Amino acid sequence: MAAESVKDVVLSPVFKNNPIALQVLGICSALAVTNSMSVSLVMGLAVIAVTAFSNLFVSLIRQHIPSSIRIIVQMTIIASLVIVVDQVLKAYAYEMSKQLSVFVGLIITNCIVMGRAEAYAMQNGPVMSFLDGIGNGLGYAVILLIVGFFRELFGSGSVFGFTVLTPVQDGGWYVPNGLMLLPPSAFFVIGLIIWVLRSIRTEQVEKTEYRIVANSKAKIKESV
Amino acid sequence: MFEHYLSLFVKAVFVENMALAFFLGMCTFLAVSKKISSAIGLGIAVIVVLTITVPVNNLILTYLLREGALTWTGLEGAGNIDLSFLGLLSYIGVIAALVQILEMFLDKFVPTLYNALGVFLPLITVNCAILGASLFMVERSYNFGESVVFGAGAGFGWALAIAALAGIREKLKYSDVPASLQGLGITFITVGLMSLGFMSFSGIQL
Repeated sequence: MAAESVKDVVLSPVFKNNPIALQVLGICSALAVTNSMSVSLVMGLAVIAVTAFSNLFVSLIRQHIPSSIRIIVQMTIIASLVIVVDQVLKAYAYEMSKQLSVFVGLIITNCIVMGRAEAYAMQNGPVMSFLDGIGNGLGYAVILLIVGFFRELFGSGSVFGFTVLTPVQDGGWYVPNGLMLLPPSAFFVIGLIIWVLRSIRTEQVEKTEYRIVANSKAKIKESV
Repeated sequence: MFEHYLSLFVKAVFVENMALAFFLGMCTFLAVSKKISSAIGLGIAVIVVLTITVPVNNLILTYLLREGALTWTGLEGAGNIDLSFLGLLSYIGVIAALVQILEMFLDKFVPTLYNALGVFLPLITVNCAILGASLFMVERSYNFGESVVFGAGAGFGWALAIAALAGIREKLKYSDVPASLQGLGITFITVGLMSLGFMSFSGIQL
């Protein structure tokens, strides 16, 4: 494997082929944990670890897995890794694991982890699979941090818990937008991110199913 | 007693809607909501699976995993065994197995329903709403009766949300949406607005 292909494997999921923004995988947890940046960072790290190691292990035993039960084998590997991450978080960052509540457990059903194990690790060697896992985990973490950044900045006027815009109740000028801390804003922020990304990379735009013709009542033309 | 269950059900359906307040099952929520008929099919499948898996996982937690749960075996020292770290693995195993059993059962005894649900049943194993509901059941330490009501309520709420979104999307495809917002982008914003609507239920107490 050439050096540049290693770089490709790690970096292309982050920018070119981001699993959340373009393939829309694994958004379940992306939305719920992003109301502050530190929580998003921990969640991102957890997903990077799980994706990387599940890819590594699946790839190591890929020759020995009968294809009829491969989903269950992958699921067991992923579930065991998530249990490890969950226990580590409970031991060393108990407050954080309380905030993440069920969403650490839900990494099991995160489509990114399953998707990469099935699509990449079953066909490629352990080292490349490991790197692919890191790359996809990073892509996920980047989107999580972007969403977390906007929600925390506008919702409580801080970044990573440090006050940037001094809120009114502390004698500053910024009136915190409480909506940004509530669930609906996560949908809006991700929708807007997709809008921005697709305006830049126009080949991602989905085709309209119906075309609206101006003044369609007066003259009906065949395809405008 | 009855009021307690009713309140739990209403809370699970509206206030703590799986899809709109906790973002669970989003992947399938967005992928299968293009047509009302398929959305309703999936919604029914989710209700059925949730109503079965949450109570079953509750039994597993109470009689196998929780600290001191193994005392009924009568073995020496069984009261000190705490297997709760195996929770995640058991729940996902139970869900996968139950979906498989349900599929075979429906295929054999209720073929019409089986054909109607079609590909949606296997899809459900990877739906995070199912695992999420079980984990919420553990976190909030519901008892058996509560877990039945909570499972049914959570499933019903999810089904309601996906059916409503499918209805909106069927109308939405005739609208003139900016090109780069087409498809997923506008769907996200629609779901955001729906979620905002469901926020108005918060604080309802029966």
